[in-house]
Amino acid sequence: MNSVAGPVPAIALSDIDKRFGEVRANKNVNLTVASGSVHGVVGENGAGKSTLMSILYGFYEADRGTIHIHGKPVSIRSPKEAIAVGIGMVHQHFMLVEPLSVIDNVMLGAEGGAMLAKGEAQMRAALAKLAEDYGLVIDPDAIVGDLPVGLQQRVEILKALVRGADILILDEPTAVLTPDEAEQLFVLLRTLAAQGKTVILITHKLNEIMAVTDHVSVMRRGEMVATLKTAETSPEQLADQMVGRHVLLDVSKGPAKLGPVRLSVENVVIRDAHASLRVKDVSFQVRAGEILGLAGVAGNGQSELLEALAGIITPTLGRITLDGQDLITLAPTPAERRAQGVLHIPEDRQRMGLVPAFSAAESMILGFQSDHEFGTGPLLSAAAIAAHTAKEMDLYDIRPRQTSLKTAKFSGGNQQKIVLAREIEHQPKVLLVGQPTRGVDVGAIEFIHKRLIALRDAGVAILLVSVELDEIMSLSDRIIVMCGGVITGERTPETTNDRDLGLLMAGVTERAA
Amino acid sequence: MSTPIELPKWADVSLVPILAVIVAFLVAGLVVLGIGENPVKATLLLLKGALGSGEGIGYTLYYATNFIFTGLAVAIAFHAGLFNIGGEGQATMGGLGAALICLRFDFLPWYIVLPLAILGAMAMGALWAFIPGYLQVKRGSHVVITTIMFNFLAATLVVYLLVNVIGKPGLMSPETRTFAASAHLPYLHEALAYFGIIIPKSPLNLSLALALLASAFVWVLLWHTKLGYAIRTVGHSPTAATYAGISIGRITLITMAISGALAGLLAVNEILGVQGRLLLEFSSGYGFIGIAVALMGRAHPVGIVLASILFGMLYQGGTELSFEIPRVTRDMIVAISGLVILFAGALDGLIRRPVAGLFSRFLKSGV
Amino acid sequence: MEIYSTLIAILESGMRLSVPLVFACLAGLWSERSGVVDIGLEGKMLVAAFASAAAAGATNNALIGLGAGIIASIGFALIHGFAAISQRGNQIVSGVAINMLAAGLTALVGNAWYAQGGRTPPLEGNARFQPLTWPGAETIDQIPLIGPVYAHLISGHSTLAYCALVATLLSGFVLRRTRFGLRIRAVGENPAAVDTAGVSVTRLRYFAVIIAGVLCGFAGSYLALGQAAGFLTNMTAGKGFIALAALIFAKWRAWPALWTCFLFGLLDAVAIRLQGVMVPGIGQIPVQAIQALPYLMTVILLAGFIGKAIPPKASGLPYVKER
Repeated sequence: MNSVAGPVPAIALSDIDKRFGEVRANKNVNLTVASGSVHGVVGENGAGKSTLMSILYGFYEADRGTIHIHGKPVSIRSPKEAIAVGIGMVHQHFMLVEPLSVIDNVMLGAEGGAMLAKGEAQMRAALAKLAEDYGLVIDPDAIVGDLPVGLQQRVEILKALVRGADILILDEPTAVLTPDEAEQLFVLLRTLAAQGKTVILITHKLNEIMAVTDHVSVMRRGEMVATLKTAETSPEQLADQMVGRHVLLDVSKGPAKLGPVRLSVENVVIRDAHASLRVKDVSFQVRAGEILGLAGVAGNGQSELLEALAGIITPTLGRITLDGQDLITLAPTPAERRAQGVLHIPEDRQRMGLVPAFSAAESMILGFQSDHEFGTGPLLSAAAIAAHTAKEMDLYDIRPRQTSLKTAKFSGGNQQKIVLAREIEHQPKVLLVGQPTRGVDVGAIEFIHKRLIALRDAGVAILLVSVELDEIMSLSDRIIVMCGGVITGERTPETTNDRDLGLLMAGVTERAA
Repeated sequence: MSTPIELPKWADVSLVPILAVIVAFLVAGLVVLGIGENPVKATLLLLKGALGSGEGIGYTLYYATNFIFTGLAVAIAFHAGLFNIGGEGQATMGGLGAALICLRFDFLPWYIVLPLAILGAMAMGALWAFIPGYLQVKRGSHVVITTIMFNFLAATLVVYLLVNVIGKPGLMSPETRTFAASAHLPYLHEALAYFGIIIPKSPLNLSLALALLASAFVWVLLWHTKLGYAIRTVGHSPTAATYAGISIGRITLITMAISGALAGLLAVNEILGVQGRLLLEFSSGYGFIGIAVALMGRAHPVGIVLASILFGMLYQGGTELSFEIPRVTRDMIVAISGLVILFAGALDGLIRRPVAGLFSRFLKSGV
Repeated sequence: MEIYSTLIAILESGMRLSVPLVFACLAGLWSERSGVVDIGLEGKMLVAAFASAAAAGATNNALIGLGAGIIASIGFALIHGFAAISQRGNQIVSGVAINMLAAGLTALVGNAWYAQGGRTPPLEGNARFQPLTWPGAETIDQIPLIGPVYAHLISGHSTLAYCALVATLLSGFVLRRTRFGLRIRAVGENPAAVDTAGVSVTRLRYFAVIIAGVLCGFAGSYLALGQAAGFLTNMTAGKGFIALAALIFAKWRAWPALWTCFLFGLLDAVAIRLQGVMVPGIGQIPVQAIQALPYLMTVILLAGFIGKAIPPKASGLPYVKER
């Protein structure tokens, strides 16, 4: 019997453990969610929130641990079993079939018989009732692909509710919503809780937590570090818990010798392929001899901004200038940007910065494949490339020193050094750096940081995009923070701290110092 | 299921395709057994037919020439991440290109007609692949479906032209007149006889040299030029290509054109080398077998030449075999090609996974 | 009056020629709607044609022939399914392999068994599907205008031709109105949505691939037991690809598939009819131009010059759960 007094919790997870290869995504996680409450789960990227929820929804099986739903032990091995015990999930990327109608999407997997007609009639009635109970009005015959994002999310919520879910998990639900739509969603979540449903809200935005949850659990590096009553906590406390205590890395750097403004970004707006706004009116400048750190939780527009600066995507609006020259019109493509001295260490070295199937030597010339240095006319000189690579490998201590070894066979740190060597050695005026130390061993991190400092001291303008706060704090001369596609604040390492940045990253601007 | 299929390079390029061919042969052997013939005897006859005489070897290499062209065509498209299954149509158009030149200019000496005709074959083949490439880049229609349709379009177009425009009247089957001798690519036995070397007669002609030249060209292009680097980058990682400033559309167009030109060269062997006139269906399935060749040769020119010789042996040996055992027709070879495509292509994992398993076990126990 | 009877004859011939296309096109429809691209329709038809002819010849029973054709076709469909669904192999490569394997095996085995250059012995009587003559067809035929329509267009087709109509009806109905159909429509667009709704993507796709096998079985059997009297080497002669073109033209929908196949069948009939015929005022119309039309129209349609054919979003992609 449950020894704890009080009402039976809707969800009780105990000692959940999950490993992906080398990575332990969840470490002995415990979580108790009271019935009829809105419970927030916060944490940085990779804190293990999504893994935990995927375990609860039957996408993954935990290596260890137990799940109790309303006091009963259950094993959830597939979404089907999760649905059966009353769990519904609204995924960050909607699980909708766009060419089908709302009613078809809602019915999928819960058709109520071999023929659609009967189930459809019942489903329409159920939708009408939900519209009445919660104000979830929707045209059942509309084609989902034609609906705005907010309504598509409503379809997801309806899918869960008509299946009788009394536990609803929402994964970063406001990421794609306008502020108005988000506000409506919060009202709905409160209504659902008031009517006895249990809601789990996964987010990194602390004001959402403060606005809508009853309790909040904080995850950090796979562990559950705290569960608090929302009313008894503050964004500051949550930010502390979320980011933990960052050790300032041992990076010695002198004061910056600031030169003129190199890179200037003015009122840049970026829409993605689905026409949703990713970057909303962003402006900043980077001077020669300066590292500007751009902090933020992944997915808040930094990636798009970086790609726009590198010429990979074109901003919808705004100006990007290098030494006063308009780059968007003068050098629209990545090749032309490179020729202008705007070099780029991309966030995702596996997909963009390197070709894993290529030899190290071939990856070493990616983006510079047309240079005369590597071959005359149409030819590519294997010897010249190998010699160049061998030289870089010595300079950057890339191991093993085999120019013909497949890029994929190098460790993360050494792969990153290949990218670093390639970009730095081509005399950048501006260096765009994305997540330079992601998946990189400690030794290589130090090496990479030293190189970046040296480059800054040599007068290069560096924009450093990182989700690692300690990296931002240790390297930057100036810090800007993005959340939801806008810059939420600008600081210097001396005038800020982890908590302050954590709040800005979570979109809490008014409280910040 | 999730274990990465990681193999040493030598195993990847030799062991896996060889195993695929062995599995294909075992299945084919079962079929031979099933129709009541002895597969061992059949294999021996096949080998004898392919390699047992100078003439046999000549035929083997003549067939291999065709496979080298179509195999290279498929392979270079593979490297750009494209699947060109329009080799048949491109070869057919190549034949048309060569024939149009020959019909018009075969009064000129060979050193003018032959290069022109070869260029004509390449140009028409390239065009027939470029259009599907263009439609993919500009209009978003996938090259796979378009090249299939273009196979049929080429066939009907050539039938029409042979029947109504360029065909020689009064013949039962639609074909052009025989070209003048100046438009004939010499047989190898003719060419060598010029130097006093006598070899047995066979349809093997100087196209083989062209095929080897094309193989070398593809090798240089892919691994020793800037364009080849761009092609391989697009094939391996379109995102990295975009990052590197490589235009995926441009590379798609160029690669398709080169691929089509290579397939068009098939016509040089068949039309300029052997037939001396344009006739129907001279490409008879070589385009499709090129897919098997490219898969088996791991899309590398050396592998393709070796795989082409293997398929050349199958073709020639299969023909001889069907004389000795009439119940085992040359259709056997088509079936084997299908099996090779299956096991070296779509069911690749079925062979690769156990091999990788063996390797990892061996390596672990070895350390 | 003679023009009218010619018209009726062409329509009748077009209907006959479109029957195998309809089956094959519906086969492709089921497969591709579930997300499995199928360029192996041709090969499946061919093995079905051979197996049905062989079995019908041996038993003198067309129904047993049909059964054998369907089983052979399902066998090949399962190879494709295994490669595409379980092994997550390249579906195009697999389709090409199926086509070559079928072409080679049928010719090889046919020649070995019957020693008639790859063809099976001619079938007659019960070994074939005979035309069904509807009541009073001969009498009604005499009535001007309506008579021939009844006698030649409505009556007088092989049982399998009427099956093609039923197959269209069923396919349309099942896809539109049943649970299975809804799931198939969904899984070809977004398998993850189906998976998270608690439905097995693998099972659905295998079902669809098997249905494609059954339908190709009908298509092939019709060729060997209905249209012709036995199997001929490579008797499908590209019909599988015409069906593929029709599928694109029909934008992956059942009833439009029927009409498109009928149109393509009719073009074929017209081409045969016009062979060597001088049309007044125009001269001789090149048959090849008409034969090329289905392919040409498909290319143009795919390129979006007239309308736009958008295949199911997930077709051709193996389903891998995201991490």
